[in-house]
Amino acid sequence: MDAHASVGHAELEILYNVHPRPDTGVYNAKLGIWLFLASEVMLFGALFSSLILLRTGADTWPRGFDMLNVPLATFNTFILIVSSVTVVMAWSQLRLGNLKWGRIYISATILCALIFLVNKGFEYGHEFREHNFPKTNNFFAIYFTMTGLHGLHILGGVIVFLYFLGPGAKMWSHDPERYTNRIEVVGLYWHFVDLVWIFLFPVLYLM
Amino acid sequence: MTDPAAAVEPGVDVHEHAGIGDPNAHHHTPEQIRSEMRVYITVFIGLAVLTAVTVGACYGLKLPVHTAIIVALIIASIKGFLVAGFFMHLLSEKKVIYGVLILTVIFFIFLMSLPISHHLSPFGS
Repeated sequence: MDAHASVGHAELEILYNVHPRPDTGVYNAKLGIWLFLASEVMLFGALFSSLILLRTGADTWPRGFDMLNVPLATFNTFILIVSSVTVVMAWSQLRLGNLKWGRIYISATILCALIFLVNKGFEYGHEFREHNFPKTNNFFAIYFTMTGLHGLHILGGVIVFLYFLGPGAKMWSHDPERYTNRIEVVGLYWHFVDLVWIFLFPVLYLM
Repeated sequence: MTDPAAAVEPGVDVHEHAGIGDPNAHHHTPEQIRSEMRVYITVFIGLAVLTAVTVGACYGLKLPVHTAIIVALIIASIKGFLVAGFFMHLLSEKKVIYGVLILTVIFFIFLMSLPISHHLSPFGS
């Protein structure tokens, strides 16, 4: 009976969950997140393409810095860069076997993300008070669509980080390498979100 | 369950170390990891400086639109390279990841070319 149960458990175990697959050289979750990020490139790419089409097709198009709060957006850019460093430092600390500092850096990443979202809330609030809504014109339509979608990605990242800071951290006690890999995977997602903002910021605010 | 690392095909080294930042090398020494952390801090400083340069050039100097677009996109591309290359470890990734990204880039270029084709089209407005 025990032997049967043991065999059954082994059969259900997900292969290459921690160690790299021999044929790809990477563990499955990493390949999975890169495939997901590829789809995300196309999602944001479609919006960037729409922006180019709207801007080049318009008779006049406002300069972003005349319409939006550049200092606040610059501060948010800096915050996202800091968060990218903290998440990669969290991964490094976990690879060193240091859960305490890994969690401190994950907490710092969450804090940066929340600061970003609060600033975005202030920015949106200001635009709404100025009666600038997505329906106002094409500039604000694409601005709210792109920054709103990006903000949702930030929120998604916060939820995942909170999981790994809280209940998900139990994985460390029985499989620290797998937990470390999970932080690497969510870190890749987070760097992508940062990467999108690196292009969104100048395209919407500075041109 | 057998150790997947033990079932490696001949010629495939899943634990090979392709240099600083190789994310698939599972057995980095603590000194190698600390060395990578110093690289991350350097990249962070580079990103912060480039952000300041972008804002200073485009917002501070109020560059003309065409110049601002060129300057901002060049700096953004450098920043993107730093994030993707060092933080996402694309400088030392596996071929399968490069394959996925090359395919993505091809489709992305096609997507970006759509607005251009619209303006080149005789049916465009």
